[in-house]
Amino acid sequence: MTASQHAPLTIGDLRGSRRRRQRELIIRSAFFLAAATAVLISLLIVLTLIGEAISFITRVDPAALISGSWRPRADSYDLASLIAGTLIIAGIAMLVAAPLGLGAAIFLAEYATPRVRRTIKPILEILAAIPSVVLGFFTLTVLSPQVIDRFCPGSTPVFNMAAAGVAVGILITPLVASIAEDAMYAVPNSLREASYGLGARKRMTSLRVVFPAAVSGIVAALIVGLSRAIGETMIVALVAGGVGGAVFNLNPCLPGQTMTAAMTAQAIGSDQAAGGLAYSSLFFVGFVLFVMTLALNLISERFVRRIRSAY
Amino acid sequence: MADAARLRTPATTAAVQRALEGHTRPWSEYIFQGLLFMALLISLGFLLWLLGDIFIRSLPVWTDRGVGSFVGSNLSSDPLKAGIAQGLFGSIVLMGIVVVLVLPIGIAAAIYLEEYATDNAVTRLLNTTVRNLAGVPAVVYGLLGLAVFVAIMKPVDGLNNGRNLLAGGLTLAIVVLPIVIITAAEALRSVPKPIREAGFGVGATKWEVVRSHVLPYAAPGIFTGVILTIARAFGETAPLLLVGAAAAGFGQAANATVFERVFGPYTALPTTIFSWARQPQEEFKALTAAAIVVLLAVVLIINAIAIILRNRYERRW
Repeated sequence: MTASQHAPLTIGDLRGSRRRRQRELIIRSAFFLAAATAVLISLLIVLTLIGEAISFITRVDPAALISGSWRPRADSYDLASLIAGTLIIAGIAMLVAAPLGLGAAIFLAEYATPRVRRTIKPILEILAAIPSVVLGFFTLTVLSPQVIDRFCPGSTPVFNMAAAGVAVGILITPLVASIAEDAMYAVPNSLREASYGLGARKRMTSLRVVFPAAVSGIVAALIVGLSRAIGETMIVALVAGGVGGAVFNLNPCLPGQTMTAAMTAQAIGSDQAAGGLAYSSLFFVGFVLFVMTLALNLISERFVRRIRSAY
Repeated sequence: MADAARLRTPATTAAVQRALEGHTRPWSEYIFQGLLFMALLISLGFLLWLLGDIFIRSLPVWTDRGVGSFVGSNLSSDPLKAGIAQGLFGSIVLMGIVVVLVLPIGIAAAIYLEEYATDNAVTRLLNTTVRNLAGVPAVVYGLLGLAVFVAIMKPVDGLNNGRNLLAGGLTLAIVVLPIVIITAAEALRSVPKPIREAGFGVGATKWEVVRSHVLPYAAPGIFTGVILTIARAFGETAPLLLVGAAAAGFGQAANATVFERVFGPYTALPTTIFSWARQPQEEFKALTAAAIVVLLAVVLIINAIAIILRNRYERRW
């Protein structure tokens, strides 16, 4: 068979059969639909949250929003007391998790032998997987009565924000350590060698060379930790002592309530008829929480993108 | 030059000499290293203390009641009779729903994002959405489940006003879906380009390349990610509370049919733990600890399997 007897080859000949092309298109569309469910889910979240939040805002008595306490059953919806509780608990958590997590990360990335690192890293990852309800129970039975109450004498025993904050801090420490360690471990060795070459010791190299080089990853680790601390629910629901409602206060040794725990407290309280004001308030709180964590995630993504382009 | 001369004081000469001979490291170096080690020790120590304390606290349940009686009994207000049978059943059904929904959708979405999508505005929107969804607190998904899934089930399921296992499973599925997509996408990304090019070179279509060349190499990574995600979903509590998993004891007959169990009132292992932890009676502390031991055993075993799988099949290109 000689080529001259046939028409010249066109793109159409290389495209394969019609059936094959159709199958490709169907599969591609199915995969696209799967990916699009993510957008669908976030649209659903935003729409349901905004819908009920608006219904809450329009129906609530403005005086109830600055009443100084969050007690949905008494029709008092002081968002400031929830935000205060959230920020105090997340703040205490960061005071615990930042030094512990970053210290552990520097040790693993810079000081530990490869063998120690290989053993400890998976352990950290497994510990990061402990469900938070477990840590809540431990705080309730051990951490709060035996440790925290010593530092908070004469205040509300067991159920207070300090206990919840420390527990949330312990919960997020492995996460912070793991992400920060990844960032520092990724710093190229040439930087360390240059530093040693100039006569710097290990501490100087870790703190003044590796740490700044990995700073975007470290900041991202802290922001992810903070976002997790703000979104943490079960520890606060068990330990912070705000199940029946909470008064605005800034003293960590007293009970408080976070946005997350306020949502579960209502859900387990009684059957809230859809459409009631208390039911709508759930979504209003959820909307504020969603916006806060979204902002934190967007910021951390900025930092992560910077670390990716660095080396 | 003048600067150099100024630097050559006896003090600097001595310091340089000491540094060059370098025998003794200053104490500050050791203190710093010690502090770092302490940080690691404290963070690991706290969690090991937790594991030990809870295990010891749970011992009376295992010795007095035995594993069978505890795992096989229903919820009860009498601590001597209460068990985790319904919670375990609920959790297993929930995990089944999560796997059935999340495995195909999550992997398909990851394949689209990694293999098909070109870098355009739509793709960037999809990627950003997935990453941000992964950071949304689980309790917010509970609200979504309450407003959407429970509301949809309500007219159909009269047994518990739509608060059934299906609504709970759907809610948990959307909690973990973004995490599955991200880990699966990472596994796909780690398969090198030449593998795909070899497939295209012999005339395979995109899907044929993905199916026969990319997926087999990415499979261990994808399944590790899925396994870890299931472990996470197993311990997730807050969204289940919002979509109505019973947090207090509920009166389901011991001889309830499977239909009634799936579409009636339900509970899961973590919500059982939550409600027991809130009981003031001392007897419930041991019960809570025992239920936690079961939960942790499942979660930690799943994690360990995933890590072993990863280490065994991990491939460096």
